[in-house]
Amino acid sequence: MPFIPHTEADIREMLAAIGASDTEALFDEIPARFRVRGLDGVPPALSEMEVGRLMTDLAARDARRLNFIGAGAYEHHIPAAVWAIVSRGEFYSAYTPYQAEASQGTLQLLYEYQTMLASLTGMDISNASLYDGASGLAEACLMAVRANRKSKSQRILLPVALNPTYRSVLRAIAGNQNLAFELVPYDQKGGQTLVAALDPYRGQDITAVVIQQPNFFGTLEDVDAVTNWAHANSALAIGVVNPTSLAILKPPGQWGAKGADIACGDGQPLGVPLASGGPYFGFMATKAEHVRQMPGRIIGRTVDLDGKPGFTLTLQAREQHIRRSKATSNICTNQGLLVTAATIYMALLGPHGLAQVAATSMQRTQQLVDALTRVPGVHLAFDRPRFHEAVLLLDRPVAPVLEALAARGIVGGCDISSPYPSLGYGLLVCATETRTRADIETYAHALGDVMKSAAAA
Amino acid sequence: MHEKLIFEQSAAGRSADAQYPRVAVETTVPAELRRAAPPLLPQVSELQAVRHYTRLSQLNFSIDTHFYPLGSCTMKYNPKACNQYAMLPELLGRHPLAPASTGQGLLQCLYELQEMLKEVTGMRGVSLTPMAGAQGEFAGVAMIRAYHKARNDYARREIIVPDAAHGTNPATATMCGCTVREIPSLPDGDIDVEALKAVVGPQTAGIMLTNPSTLGVFERRIFEVAEIVHDAGGLLYYDGANLNAILGKVRPGDMGFDVIHMNLHKTFSTPHGGGGPGSGAVGVGERLLPFMPVPLVGRDGETYRWLDEHDLPQTIGRLSTFMGNTGVLLRAYVYMRMLGREGMQRVSEFATLNANYLMVKLGAAGFELAYPGRRAGHEFIVTLRHEARDFGTNAMDFAKRLLDYGFHAPTTYFPLLVPECLLIEPTETEAKEDLDRFVAAMVAIREEARTEPDKLKGAPWTLPVRRLDDVRAAKHLDLTWKAA
Repeated sequence: MPFIPHTEADIREMLAAIGASDTEALFDEIPARFRVRGLDGVPPALSEMEVGRLMTDLAARDARRLNFIGAGAYEHHIPAAVWAIVSRGEFYSAYTPYQAEASQGTLQLLYEYQTMLASLTGMDISNASLYDGASGLAEACLMAVRANRKSKSQRILLPVALNPTYRSVLRAIAGNQNLAFELVPYDQKGGQTLVAALDPYRGQDITAVVIQQPNFFGTLEDVDAVTNWAHANSALAIGVVNPTSLAILKPPGQWGAKGADIACGDGQPLGVPLASGGPYFGFMATKAEHVRQMPGRIIGRTVDLDGKPGFTLTLQAREQHIRRSKATSNICTNQGLLVTAATIYMALLGPHGLAQVAATSMQRTQQLVDALTRVPGVHLAFDRPRFHEAVLLLDRPVAPVLEALAARGIVGGCDISSPYPSLGYGLLVCATETRTRADIETYAHALGDVMKSAAAA
Repeated sequence: MHEKLIFEQSAAGRSADAQYPRVAVETTVPAELRRAAPPLLPQVSELQAVRHYTRLSQLNFSIDTHFYPLGSCTMKYNPKACNQYAMLPELLGRHPLAPASTGQGLLQCLYELQEMLKEVTGMRGVSLTPMAGAQGEFAGVAMIRAYHKARNDYARREIIVPDAAHGTNPATATMCGCTVREIPSLPDGDIDVEALKAVVGPQTAGIMLTNPSTLGVFERRIFEVAEIVHDAGGLLYYDGANLNAILGKVRPGDMGFDVIHMNLHKTFSTPHGGGGPGSGAVGVGERLLPFMPVPLVGRDGETYRWLDEHDLPQTIGRLSTFMGNTGVLLRAYVYMRMLGREGMQRVSEFATLNANYLMVKLGAAGFELAYPGRRAGHEFIVTLRHEARDFGTNAMDFAKRLLDYGFHAPTTYFPLLVPECLLIEPTETEAKEDLDRFVAAMVAIREEARTEPDKLKGAPWTLPVRRLDDVRAAKHLDLTWKAA
């Protein structure tokens, strides 16, 4: 029997010990009227060889293409050592370190992660992960309501230039607790959030202001001005950041005069494969004064009975298994294995390697923009400095162009005309360090062909 | 055994050079947005990093190395094939926003997974997007609220939760803007139906139930409970944490539940990863179909596509940036295909056989069972209150001493209503010999408790660290390393 070790003799002996005639008798407390007759909708069992063939054939239909999409998930090189270690059963098949003495490997790794992430974001402390970037921002907004005791309004300002899916997830998760989200527009020329557009809110009760750096368009925001505005108006500043970019960009902890209050984002760029959307992990870091309002697991260093250092889950009084309906969040299982990958990734790259990845990605995107805007009918949307993404404007609907490119083996970017209709036919593109000059030329040629073969709208 | 922190092994100028682009790039970041000082990341060679994290892994207990009977967590074997075939390069390399035409293989897997989960739960629709059990719970209660709101029934904001429930249940109700009403359990482990009758009313949004409950026993009056809650206008939520106990034997949909979440990392054997990733897929009955979280996977003829807000205008919305924990879903898919329809029932049969055998053996060895007259589901509770009274050794002392004997400890002090308890879940993948060894260890430890209680109170003795000072950890917070 697959994955079940019992011999006939075992079963006999065990049933005899229990005093049951057969395994069916073990279910005799379940009323007979509910019992299942069969599961015809589940296909018969496959052997490992058969399922291997099935999966290999299915995967072959999704053969790899040259990818130029970012939009919240980024294709970076992942050192071979990362997943070789992550896949070790001792990490892979353990659980939440409830028994600290039997989980020192996971716990020490998480403590190292918290240190790296806090330093990367310029904050005092980090938790041990949330689900992903979007849901992590929802947790950050709920946390801001708890942490900003002066504010009673539960009003939170969001840039229109924030990833639109993050906005949807915020409404789905935080909307049930009556948080109100109001939108701050962006500059049509530069693509950055308009600091002047915050002015109508001056003097009002605002709980927090969210700012994404770089924003959804890839544009770099004036994070100092937004952070200072928030603090001048008794609001908290929440920074949504790309961890790779922080190797070269000013970290949230140093934004404005006092620094952002909460930094969060998606950890995927740190050694986690694209994998059609997950599992990734969300990170969150904050100032020391807010630690008791932070959701999720937190690891602390302490000592054992002999005075030797060791690591353990701490501040559990915030969590659902202790506080129940009064907990900071319902989160329990988080994304531990992905944090394991990110920690090993950051250790391998170090400060210099991560800065090289960031700077190279930025350079590649500039090369991509230069090459693609030479194609007739393609223009750059915004003129402000950007990180590793850019919005291009086409002279025709984007979706058919992307389908034609996909047929040529190129995933050409993200169609943003539906969330941003005022831009026209917007295409968000990205190039990381994994795209070579030749890749970029291949894309530019293909786009030229596709744009030539069909008329403009 | 002590492994220095990676930062303490760092030396300025050292790095794993093969891992990143070597050509120096001038940064074009405007000066006012540039980072001034580099982040505190280690500077180590590739071998140093590999050795360090390999050594750290060796400090862990895990399913691959130890019996791990952690109650309510279903720590069963995670077949290696599930990992390997979810990590094929085509699947790992695909961007989530790439056109659906470039992901038909993936979408077919996810569609078939939805269909299989519908079949094993008896529900009408399944959404795979929730990223863990707690997010599945959130989706479920949010759907219940959306359902009542769509009927202009705004008064229904109370969620009923038995006192034995997981902490995530009341915490979820709060996150959904509901209030929590607790009801007691009877001495035999079943819900107090009279107490339930007394609390239902026009304010009742629904009830959250785990069945078998966290007490390890099947809720025998479930049909009555369903009737009471439905008659009062509320809906029934099934917490699938214990689905392993009934898989292929009885389906939540047939018991009258309106919504259920499944922990794919428990019942469908995806790895727990040292604390995730999980997956909390939700299943719904007829009434909640329009409210499911998106995206779902739909099929038009031979073509698969994402279903989004346009297809389900009443959806509770999106809970993740893309499609939840896709890689976890693929692992569950491979597992279910390998078990097939006949294997589903084997899971619950052998999980229950192992639990009942272990329960009877521990009972015969003189340990007090919390619910001796009842069948165990896939887990059961031992209370060590006599050992605490007679020897001064509590459940935590037994748990820590078990680590010395090479067993991960069961869940301790949960459920909260049983004193000095161990919640023990062996799962179907453990052999009889390992269960017998566990019983022998428990007996030996009780003998130590009688004769040398300090052996327990000082435990563990043989692990990388001895018992850790949790009070100090919370009082003198040390959450990040700082250079001396």
